[in-house]
Order: sequence, then structure tokens, then C-alpha cells
Amino acid sequence: MTSVTIGKKNRGFSIGRILTHILLIGVGVCWIYPFLWMIASSFKTNEEFWANRLSLIPASVNFDNFVRLWSKGNFDLYFLNTVIVTFFTVLLVLIMTNMTGYVLGRYEFTGKKFIKGLFLASICIPLVATIIPVYQVIRAMNLVGTRLGLILSSAGGGHVIFLLLFSSYYMQIPNDLEEAATLDGCNFFRTYLNVMLPVSMPICTTVVIMESIWTWNSFLLPLVLTMSNPASRTLAVGLYSFRGENIVDWTGIAAGGAISVIPIIILFIFMQKYFINGVAGAVKG
Amino acid sequence: METNRGAIAAGLSDAAIRLRKKKKRQLNLWCWSFLSVSLFFYILFMGWPIVSSIYYSMLKWSGLTKSGTFIGLKNYQNLFRDTVYWNAFADSFKYTAIAVPSLLLISLFLAYLLNDEHMRARNVYRTTYFIPVITTTSVVGIVMIFIWSVQGPINGALVGLGILGTPINFLGNGGTVFRTLIAVSVWKDCGTYMIYWLAGLQSVGRDQYEAAAIDGAGRWKTFLRVVFPQVLPTAGVITILCTINALKIFDLIKTMTNGGPFYKTDVVATWVYRTAFSSELGMPRMGYSSAGALLFGLVVIMIGLILNLIKTWLQKAQ
Repeated sequence: MTSVTIGKKNRGFSIGRILTHILLIGVGVCWIYPFLWMIASSFKTNEEFWANRLSLIPASVNFDNFVRLWSKGNFDLYFLNTVIVTFFTVLLVLIMTNMTGYVLGRYEFTGKKFIKGLFLASICIPLVATIIPVYQVIRAMNLVGTRLGLILSSAGGGHVIFLLLFSSYYMQIPNDLEEAATLDGCNFFRTYLNVMLPVSMPICTTVVIMESIWTWNSFLLPLVLTMSNPASRTLAVGLYSFRGENIVDWTGIAAGGAISVIPIIILFIFMQKYFINGVAGAVKG
Repeated sequence: METNRGAIAAGLSDAAIRLRKKKKRQLNLWCWSFLSVSLFFYILFMGWPIVSSIYYSMLKWSGLTKSGTFIGLKNYQNLFRDTVYWNAFADSFKYTAIAVPSLLLISLFLAYLLNDEHMRARNVYRTTYFIPVITTTSVVGIVMIFIWSVQGPINGALVGLGILGTPINFLGNGGTVFRTLIAVSVWKDCGTYMIYWLAGLQSVGRDQYEAAAIDGAGRWKTFLRVVFPQVLPTAGVITILCTINALKIFDLIKTMTNGGPFYKTDVVATWVYRTAFSSELGMPRMGYSSAGALLFGLVVIMIGLILNLIKTWLQKAQ
């Protein structure tokens, strides 16, 4: 009986397997069709688009739509804003969650349980419940419509997944490393900086990738904080306002969408291991 | 002599205790300074907002002026009579009630198919299904307007295959808009839950599959009898995450339907945004919107707590 099943497993082709592949390929086509459509449309002229809306291969590769959005549609600015906001938000979040995860994972200190509970509780709090006061905080700082305001408010929050990733990683690092550092005369901060921080690099990469993707994609916060000032808009908000003003300019919308989405798809394809491990860590932790 | 020694010992241990106390104090100081930046941001953008929105919710306030007029619980009284708010409130839960089981079942099905080390192109499938997850939701929402429009590819395919006689305006039609929203959500988020399930499925050992095969169980029976009971603890966590995320939906609805047509897909998040930040309906009402947001936030937190309690209780019962 056993040999039968093993034999079955090793045989590359069985009807069940082929059917499974057909199903998976079908699902896959549906899954990426919208992106293929978007990229194809972004290369079409407006006439070609309406003559041949659904084809996935443009008659010629013309960059007119991209040029138009980039130079006249403010997308150069939106792109730059998104890069700057993403970079600094990720940096802030990385520093904060690494340090917090370090002490939560390695030390018993007064008030630890309280702090852990406090951060964990934020999972359940929807952004929509805090968005009005967050807007007022940024307004009190006179930072509405600025990149700095968006960076600061994007970095606020619980970042529970990252805290869990860092604290569980630091928890399982053996004590000898730390003891050796203490014997060498390192104080708490030096031990962290010279010994522990370098060891945490794999998790840092995961956090950087995940937070980059999330910040790049975020919408509600930048919508509320940057909609009023085009100079501070991110790509997500920029495309939304572009669509508001050019309802049927689908080749332009497609080009704007491609500009917003392609960098993140490329980042993901090369770094997916880190992202997927991070996501999977959310259920394990 | 004896007493002397005792005194010295006592003095020593005293010193030791003092040293230990000092060390503990130092450790606390270091730990709290490590936490301080995080805590500052957390309080500024999470703690303070929750506290202040209690106050905001008692103001008659456009949000444009420095301060509003204190009106006590008047906003809440108005809220309870506001059918548009309760429609949005109900839609948030209707969406969650339909999206969560759809997402969990479809993603579990895909994960189970992909949970086979010998499968060819397994990673290609996984990456493909994950791409909608990492792309900007608001961009996807805008693109979907065309994809589901009368001239779009979905209608093109359905009419071409003869399934539909005439194209349907999926997003403009009150009868189809909700189902379309669910379909797009499943497409968008399925990858995340598939990864969660795959992580959970790893806890099922290969010997268990083999044992099931020896017993002559097919794929479906193996799943029901062997795999499902094993992933049940993970299923609890996944369900909680999925539910909380579904209740938070905003980006997709805001860009794809803007709550319409005729408030058919209006959820609390779009209601809050419209009431607080947009001048579509005249002056913004930040105080009133705060009340609606806070009430919903409290309900979401309660649901999170209850689901967590159920999960712990189930884990204990096992």
C-alpha cells in the first residue's frame, strides 16, 4: 500500500495534477490580468485604447502617457514625495521597533507587561478611529500639507508585527555574546550597538521591506494630510486626484498606476523571501 | 565574635542588595530610555488621539476653527437617529461577514493545493497570487473601475462567452456592487491569508499525510480528518486578523465606489472621511464625525477582545 502511494507521488503526471495546474494557471491569469491590462494601456494612444480596450499588447510602445504625467501631471513630484516619505518613515520605524523589540525580548524591567499590552492593543484600533485627532495633532504642529507631517504620523502607531519579530529574535540570541561584550567593558548601549544590532540584520531587512511596501501604499493618512497641497501628495493620493480631474483619461490613469505600482512589484519580486517570512511570522508570533 | 560576623554578613548582604537595586535601577533606566522614542510616537499618534477624540466627540465643531462649542452628548443623540451612519455601520459588518469566510476558504483552498513540495512552479504560483497584496490598494481601486465597467474586460469576457446577453454595470448597479466589492477584496487580499495558511499547514508532519494515505483516505478526507484539526489553532489567529482587517476597509471602497451607488457600499470609514474632511455635504463636521468614529472604534476593540477570549478558551479546551 505504501509503495503504491510513493510510486504515485514520484510519477510526474497524473490527471489530478494536471487539473490542479490548469486550475492554478487559470487563477493566476485572473490574478495578474489587471496589471497586464494597466501596463498595456499605459503604452496605448487614446485612439488605440478606445479601438482596442482589452488587448494586452499595445500596437507600439509609446511613452507619451508617461511623459505627459511626469512633466505636466506632477507625477515627478508625487514620485519624489513618495520616495522621501517612505525612506524616512521606514528609517524611523526601524530604529524605534528595533530598540523597543530589543528591550522587550531580552530584559525584565519594571512595567514591561504594561508596555507589551499597550502596544499589542493597537492591533484592534482602526486608523479611522484616530484619524481626526491625528490630523489635529499635525495641524497644531503646522505640518498639514508637508512631507514631514506625513512622515511623523506614519511612523506613529503600534507596529505590532515588527515588535514581535524583533523581540522573539532577540530573545533567542544566546547570552554569551552579551556577557563577552560586558566583560569587554561595553555598557548597555554599546552592547546593543556593537553586538546585538548587527546580529539583527535579517529581521531589519524584513522590517524595511514590509514597512516600505506599506508606507508606499498607504492612502488614508496621506489623503487626509496631503490632499490640500499638491506639492506634498504621494503617488497614491496623486493618482486619486488625477482620476478626479480626468475621469475618462484611462491611458493616463493606467500610466500613473504603472508608475505607482511597478517599483513596488520589482522590490517585492527580488525581496519576496523577506516579505513572506515577515507575513508568516505574524501568525506564528 | 558571633554577632560581629553576623553584622559583617548582614552589612555585606546589605551592600549586595543595594548593588542589585542599583543595577535594577540602571537597567530600568536603560530599558525605558530605549522605549522612549517609540512611546512618544505611540502616545502622540495613538494614545492622545483616543483620549482627545472622546472630547472632540462632544463638540459642535467644523474642525476648521480653533475650537468648537461643547454640547455634551448631543452628537451621540443625533448619531443614534442618523440612518446614513447606521447604514454605514451595518455595511461594515455585512462586508466583514461575507468577505472573511470567502477570503479564508478560498485562501485555504489555494494554500492546500500549493502545500506540496513536489509541485512544479510552486513558487511562481505563490508569487503571482501575492502580487495584488503588495500593490497600492487605492491604485487597484481606480483600475478596477474600468475592469468592471460596461466597456471593461469582465463584461467583455462574459458577453463573449455568451454568459451575459448585455453588459452589466457592476459598480453602478445597486444589485451587483456589493458582490463585486467582495470579489475584488478576495482577489486583493487572498495572498496574505494563503501565506498564513501555508505557515499553519507546515505544522502537519509528512508522516501524518502518509498515515492517512495508508488508511486509504483521499485528498479531501485527509484534509478534513488530519489537516483541518491541526491547523485549527492557527485558524483562530487568522480569523481574528482577517476580521479586524475587514472592519478597517477604506482605501478600496473610497477609490472604487466612494460608498455608492446610493450608499450601497458606504462603510464607517468612508462615512467618517466624508463627514470630517470633505465638503461634499456642506461644512465638515469633525465633532460629529469623531463621535461616529469613536463608537465604531470601541465596537471593533470589543470584537477583537471577544474573539481573543474565544480563541484562548478554544485552545484551552483542546
